[in-house]
Amino acid sequence: MSIQVKDIHKQFGSFVALDKVSLEFPTGELVALLGPSGCGKTTLLRIIAGLESADSGQVLLDGEDASGTHVRERQVGFVFQHYALFRHMTVFDNVAFGMRMKPRSQRPSDKQIRTKVHDLLKLVQLDWLADRFPAQLSGGQRQRIALARALAVEPRVMLLDEPFGALDAKVRKELRRWLRNLHDELHITSIFVTHDQEEALEVADREVQMDHGKVEQIGTPEEVYRHPATPFVYSFLGSVNLFHGRIEGETVQVGEDVLSHMPHDFDHGAEVVAFARPHELDIVIDGEAGNGVAARISRILAFGVTARVELDGLNGATGQHFEVEITRARVLELGLAQGQAVRLMPSRLKLFEREVVGGVLQ
Amino acid sequence: MAAAKTFRVLPGFNITLGFTLAYLSLIVLIPLSAVFLKTTELGLDQFWNVVSAPRVVATYKLSFGLSLLAAAINTVFGLMLAWALVRYSFPGKRLVDALVDLPFALPTAVAGIALTALYAKNGWIGQYLDPLGIQVAFKPLGILVALVFIGLPFVVRTVQPILEDLDTELEEAATSLGARRWQIFRHVILPILLPALLTGFALAFARAVGEYGSVIFIAGNIPMVSEITPLMIITKLEQYDYAGATAIATVMLMLSFTLLLVINGLQAWTSKRTGRDR
Repeated sequence: MSIQVKDIHKQFGSFVALDKVSLEFPTGELVALLGPSGCGKTTLLRIIAGLESADSGQVLLDGEDASGTHVRERQVGFVFQHYALFRHMTVFDNVAFGMRMKPRSQRPSDKQIRTKVHDLLKLVQLDWLADRFPAQLSGGQRQRIALARALAVEPRVMLLDEPFGALDAKVRKELRRWLRNLHDELHITSIFVTHDQEEALEVADREVQMDHGKVEQIGTPEEVYRHPATPFVYSFLGSVNLFHGRIEGETVQVGEDVLSHMPHDFDHGAEVVAFARPHELDIVIDGEAGNGVAARISRILAFGVTARVELDGLNGATGQHFEVEITRARVLELGLAQGQAVRLMPSRLKLFEREVVGGVLQ
Repeated sequence: MAAAKTFRVLPGFNITLGFTLAYLSLIVLIPLSAVFLKTTELGLDQFWNVVSAPRVVATYKLSFGLSLLAAAINTVFGLMLAWALVRYSFPGKRLVDALVDLPFALPTAVAGIALTALYAKNGWIGQYLDPLGIQVAFKPLGILVALVFIGLPFVVRTVQPILEDLDTELEEAATSLGARRWQIFRHVILPILLPALLTGFALAFARAVGEYGSVIFIAGNIPMVSEITPLMIITKLEQYDYAGATAIATVMLMLSFTLLLVINGLQAWTSKRTGRDR
């Protein structure tokens, strides 16, 4: 089933949680809502579920306006960050809950319920836990039970609110892969909220990047990572080095230093912010002045194949910190040492025009 | 070689345990055993005669029956009160919240006199009930009213914190699974509240069984009709029949103890089911 939200606006007091958000979620896709906390992603999810109502705007489920439909009639499966399992019920009773709550005329027989519950428990690979209570399970197991419970009522849409947020790193990784496989098996239109780019990248077909109640970018995780549309998206998706500068012909002038740059369509003299990922910067030890940004090495961290070099800017970039990722072999080859003055040369640079916000250049 | 000495992380185990035992003995166990000791002055036959006298048996029925009933009433309405206090905000909420404790604070005799004045045939409320054929004061119904009054805070105060801690996500999860409101209450909320409700019930019951001050004014104390067991004990004391008084006290003690044991057992069972023992 497809989901469409149109011009959703939601305000808590003077805080605008969602600012005229319009989105479309095609049938059968697994979409990640990505953004920092407070960006409105959870609110949007809850509005789609019907757990919260929008101040204005519409939610269309399969093209039908669902704004007046109660949660229990929307047929959405909702999974909470903290599982929300009924702790006085066994795993079996938890999963059977939705079916048992149906009006008598639609309620499956006990035997049907039993078969269905065991099928679902097998699907989440926890059939052997049917008689346990939630308190006896690990976090990862609880979340899988919560998922089975939501699936039991045959929802048309699955909504997951930071489903792996409360789990430790290892379990989280396992469950991501597992959720992806499950989705490939069931193909239920699903939306899941996360603040973790890696999670979105690993699990989702598409991601919706949000900030301050607005949608910043939509695309496959790969696309969004490779071609961030705004400075916010760029800096949200991993570590970043930034240079404030001005366009001078084909180059970017950063203070007294110059960064060469590929063809661009900025006007001469435009104020820009240049972004480069740590692995997109190279260190040059005896570069000539006027090419690359001068910096001093403050720390070298070499754990494995790659080394992280932390630097402080000199000249035009005084007070700024940079981070470079190069191979350990390269560190040895260049004979880098703490306190050494070097130059940074980007292999790839992403430019954004500096916006004037409230009279201040950002 | 001596076994390695284990150290407790929390200090003061010996002294606190010692104090607890000494304190309990002094305040609870010694007076109670004195009751049993005094009772042994009576022979078995005499004991049986005292505790099985028809007038005394009638008081057991009245005391325990009405106490159970009052506790049950308080459980239902205490839950409603707690629900309203936790779930909704309304003007004067804090005042209502404070009023709940009033039966704790009020001297029981004052409560008794106030209730009698209200429910007597010419009282504020009694004058309207009397034409309907309902007599409250000086009848068992009056005792029930007094017992409900003094037992009110227990259920409210035991259920309130549990209700406050109740995760709204549980209810949201249940709604998203298609449950209706009363189904959510019946299948999700009530089971979680059950242990607290039972605790409140037990406390309200225990208080009601032992209540004397507020009941004595409104009961009328008519033999075989509206006499409570504590009154029976007082009567014996006034006749200098100390052994007889303790004999009735012993029976009361045993009955109360048994009932509380059953309630505690029930409670342990339900909290095990709600997974709170872990």
